[in-house]
Amino acid sequence: MISLTYLALIAALIPLVSILAETILRGLSAMSFSFFIEEIPPLGEPGGGIGPAIQGTLIVVALASSIGVPIGVFSGIYLAEFGQARMASVARFLNDVLTNVPSIVLGIFGWTLVVVAIGWSIIAGAIALAIMMIPIVTRTTEEAIRLVPATMREAAIALGVPKWKTTLTVVLSSAKKGIATGILLSVARISGETAPLLLTILGSRFWFSGFTQPTAALPVAVFNFSQSPFRLVDWPRAWGASLILILIILAINIIVRYATREKYGATNI
Amino acid sequence: MRTREKHPKFLSKLRSISKGKLSGDSVFKIFVTLIACNVFIVLGLMFFQIIQNSWLSIQTYGVGFLVGKIWQPFPPNSSSLPSFGALPLIWGTLVTSAIALALGVPVSLGISLALSEFAPKRFSYVISFFVELLAAIPSVIYGLWGIFVLIPFLQVNVYPYLQASLGFLPIFQGTIRGPSVLTGGIVLAIMIIPTVSAISRDVFAAVPNSQREAIMALGATRWEKAKTVMSYGRSGVIGAIMLGLGRAMGETMAITMVIGNSFNMFSSFLEPGSTLASIIANEFTEASSPPVYISALMEVGLILLALAIVVNGIARLIIWRSTRKVREVGLI
Repeated sequence: MISLTYLALIAALIPLVSILAETILRGLSAMSFSFFIEEIPPLGEPGGGIGPAIQGTLIVVALASSIGVPIGVFSGIYLAEFGQARMASVARFLNDVLTNVPSIVLGIFGWTLVVVAIGWSIIAGAIALAIMMIPIVTRTTEEAIRLVPATMREAAIALGVPKWKTTLTVVLSSAKKGIATGILLSVARISGETAPLLLTILGSRFWFSGFTQPTAALPVAVFNFSQSPFRLVDWPRAWGASLILILIILAINIIVRYATREKYGATNI
Repeated sequence: MRTREKHPKFLSKLRSISKGKLSGDSVFKIFVTLIACNVFIVLGLMFFQIIQNSWLSIQTYGVGFLVGKIWQPFPPNSSSLPSFGALPLIWGTLVTSAIALALGVPVSLGISLALSEFAPKRFSYVISFFVELLAAIPSVIYGLWGIFVLIPFLQVNVYPYLQASLGFLPIFQGTIRGPSVLTGGIVLAIMIIPTVSAISRDVFAAVPNSQREAIMALGATRWEKAKTVMSYGRSGVIGAIMLGLGRAMGETMAITMVIGNSFNMFSSFLEPGSTLASIIANEFTEASSPPVYISALMEVGLILLALAIVVNGIARLIIWRSTRKVREVGLI
């Protein structure tokens, strides 16, 4: 029986190895210097690259983070510092509910809020991704702040530092590692999301042309290329874009995990 | 008079604001409280917007939307109304999620038992890192791998044998196509493994050692010890399974890319199908007219949102209650 459980381990690791290996092998064949910097050609035309997709992903993720991180961090501070109030428990619960909203529904929401008003645009995509990001950052910030030992707070208060200043200086700087982890993991998460972007930024072939214009993005480009009937030309591009995307995400994940190594808690006899 | 007695602190704060004597602490508290209200605003606005946008469809089709089986935005006879029915979508969502659970839960439980009970600690730390790496892979890349790697593999190496051996069952009949409900279920199963196994591992880790020691004292084998741990953490595991279910139901891109996107009440798993999420992903950007088309897609989104919230809510309730029970009954 025990060997069956190890078999389950292998069963789970096989797809992981396959996905990574296939992405690397098939993606490398599409890579070249021009792949990174040239414009996206129409479906079926050879040449070109996915430069606009990389640029679009960077812009939309940066924009989403600039909205999502401050709101998330301060919400997390509220839940950690004033967490006993009843409103805080409700807010915490609703926060968890938000993390479980399907990503396509967030895309629909971004569409109803922004696209209906100003059309397919980066701003709509950034807002949809920010809404996805805020609950994650809130929760990780709250947990990071709770880990700060009470002695630190007490020492600051004993020196006469007002509570708000204690939180913003002493507590935040002790918790900054955990908060940064949460932020980085949520950035990695939203850079790979396709569904919210599909319904908000629509995707395009061209370089960034304004915040109220549709843009390209890596996950959307992967999806569009994969649906193209021109297999020889477009399918390798899909793999190339996936490789870039997965390298970014894995790099962030591995850095975070390495920086936060801790004892694993399972007990054993 | 009565209000002043019931809310002394709030009113005195208002009074001090009006007198200009505002301390840094109260400014800070008001500021972070307001920002934390974003969650109320976002959720409320989301429900309001989606319900408002799907109202046209709800009014036009009523309950028939949930049991209708036709999806015809552009009826052949231009004078008749378009008809929309979501039953095949609900069926597709439920079946793919069920397949994902049937395949993914045993594997996840095996992994969490192996890592929490049987494996040496350093090994389990490294392996759990890799299992969680499965969660970091974006769903569109799962879809890409599904189309170009998994489907050819299944079509050649698995489905023919499946049909040859179990073809008498109606769920494995029909022409073997790559993109199908079963393929979607398999991809979803892989995607829920990190979620279910991570939470199950936490549940098993929360089982007090006294339970393990007790059963070992009675002469149990390692497997029997694991069974004890599993039964102690039973409700937490159920919660983990339900969270995996919620994740499977909400999954969009990977399932859209491998399920074949055909709108039918399939009876065989080897047929293509559609889910609530996949039809939105496929048709939303093209659905400009008639207005009831987009409204119908909104209603599909509403059904999906409601399903996801209910399932995840129940899951969290179960997990919360099971870990609370462990904490209370505790370390004897």
